[in-house]
Amino acid sequence: MVVRLGSIEIEFRKRGTRPRYLAYLVPFVAVVVALLVGSVVLVSAGVDPLTAYLALFNTAFGNSYSLSETIVKAIPLMLAAMGTAITFLAGFWNIGAEGQLQIGALAATWATLTFSGAPAFVIIPWTMLVTFVAGGAWGMIPAFFKVKLGADEILTTLMMNYVAILAVFYFVYGPWRDPAAYGNPRTPLLPESARIPAILGTRIHLTLFVALGIAVLLYWLLTRTKFGLEIRIIGGNKDAAKYAGINVFKNLLLVTLIGGGIAALAGMGEVAGLHYTLPKGISPGYGYTAVVVAWLARLNPVAIPASAFLFGGLLNGGYGIQMVFAVPIALVNAIQALVLFFVLALSIFYEYNIVVRRRR
Amino acid sequence: MVQDIIVGFLSTSIAVGTSLLLGAIGEVFAERSGVMNLGVEGMMVMGALSGFLTLTLTKDPWVATVVATLVGGVMSLIHAVLSITLRANQILSGLAVTMFGLGASGFLGQRLLGVSAKGLPVVAIPLLSEIPYVGPILFQHDPITYISYVSVPIAWIVLFKTEFGLTVRAVGEDPGVADSLGINVYRTRYICVFVGGLLAGLAGAFLSVAYARMWVEGMTAGRGWIVIVITIFSMWNPVRAVVGAFLFGGVSTLSYVSQGLGIGIPAEVLLMMPYLFTIAVLLIVSQEAVRKRISAPTSMYKPYVRGER
Repeated sequence: MVVRLGSIEIEFRKRGTRPRYLAYLVPFVAVVVALLVGSVVLVSAGVDPLTAYLALFNTAFGNSYSLSETIVKAIPLMLAAMGTAITFLAGFWNIGAEGQLQIGALAATWATLTFSGAPAFVIIPWTMLVTFVAGGAWGMIPAFFKVKLGADEILTTLMMNYVAILAVFYFVYGPWRDPAAYGNPRTPLLPESARIPAILGTRIHLTLFVALGIAVLLYWLLTRTKFGLEIRIIGGNKDAAKYAGINVFKNLLLVTLIGGGIAALAGMGEVAGLHYTLPKGISPGYGYTAVVVAWLARLNPVAIPASAFLFGGLLNGGYGIQMVFAVPIALVNAIQALVLFFVLALSIFYEYNIVVRRRR
Repeated sequence: MVQDIIVGFLSTSIAVGTSLLLGAIGEVFAERSGVMNLGVEGMMVMGALSGFLTLTLTKDPWVATVVATLVGGVMSLIHAVLSITLRANQILSGLAVTMFGLGASGFLGQRLLGVSAKGLPVVAIPLLSEIPYVGPILFQHDPITYISYVSVPIAWIVLFKTEFGLTVRAVGEDPGVADSLGINVYRTRYICVFVGGLLAGLAGAFLSVAYARMWVEGMTAGRGWIVIVITIFSMWNPVRAVVGAFLFGGVSTLSYVSQGLGIGIPAEVLLMMPYLFTIAVLLIVSQEAVRKRISAPTSMYKPYVRGER
């Protein structure tokens, strides 16, 4: 296909094979261009972009403490992004990681409050199980609605996010509120035995290794098993999958169960690994950032930790410049969206070779 | 007394429904041409922000309304370039517009927080506004609400009674065939997405310049998503969108009113109502659509590439 603009011709030539270097180049260029465009926004708010970005980089990656805090932010992003990616691969546009995370936090709090007397080797696995099942069940509801009633999953998952956040508010302000906490409503502190240990001297809790393990497991599941193959076929073409005799309904339920469960573990990590309580604002929108994290990693579970680390840094650095320059954290959300814009725009290079030439 | 409450409730429902109606008519155009735009929330919130910013600078609510409308249009062009020209995934491109709009407006609007301004006045339409009950409910509103009334028949006529409307529907159903008939698929889609952006921006102006007359971060509060649901509810017909918009306007109003009354239900549960209602409506409408074999424009989600099938 050829587009003509005056004396210039732009040809879109379909690629036969996809060069490997693009998988690294596209995300890199997207992030750089997004930061450049973001600097225009910063200037318009009267902030010197170079100083602001340097401060952002320092708070995010400058020293070992900054790095550890960036990893703390990357943990929930990683889990939520893996939960999102696996459903996207099945062609199920689940934007519900935020709600699944909230439900996971709620379930984890319930499990630890209810069985607070048990020792750590019982209560932590039990909490994980409860969290996974609760988040998975919550995640399956939109798949059920989609297959049985034809309801668009983007909208049901989004609406359910609002419901989940309000459900957390209800419990934190209502039945589970710790009377000892005055200013910031939260639930009572978790018993020692229910807390996920952290690496000495940091706030990096061991959920990190659970997340990395899940990344490897998902990679294996997607590339080496029949289930993984079926998911990809469904994601490619649902009708073709049906003709091939694949049970789409069963696979979608399974994939949303796994995806919802993994995203819910992010909520458990925040409650049992980081805060040791369920506070009102458990997530600053990790579930939405996760969509960008997953897409930047091209839905590849083993690439997601790197992508999550980058966005954890952006978020962590955003808090840093918020304090120094009084730049609202909303800036970070805008930059995240810019990254997504440019990843999407540059994705055309995956499919097409673009040749620009003068017209004769 | 009871009549006053009911009239007041219905009148507020109309006001709340205005932004939904404008947004939905715009989305009907975009989707009819085959482009789903999930960026409504972002376009609307940027409209609200830029409208209020212009209002504080110029003190002229009309200039503010025009600026908001145009900013909504510009936001929609980002989606158009990504999804039409660059063939990016429509779902993610729209989501990115929403994320960008919410982020950028929160960032740029921080100095406007707590500022109030004189916005668009309420204009009672002579004669019509004096009809008992109907007058106060329908004809004592701000000008943008009247624009939303007028936009319904215009949109319907354009879509179903003009050659341009036929073009739009053809492009949405089968861009390949439309192209072979000499229709410019890309241009048609750009126009429809842009119209959607303009109307979403106008809806944003309604929120900040006509209704609340102030700026609150994230003041669209999910209205952009409800617009998408109303678009499905409308079966892509502007006239049916009216019913959806005022139904949702009524439910939102009801949830605020019942909160004020304090009838023993926790506030969080009442606040969930509009979202649960939205899910319920979506389920019913989706099933109805399946039964009546009505579906979204066939080419939706699919980028059109000339010469490839």
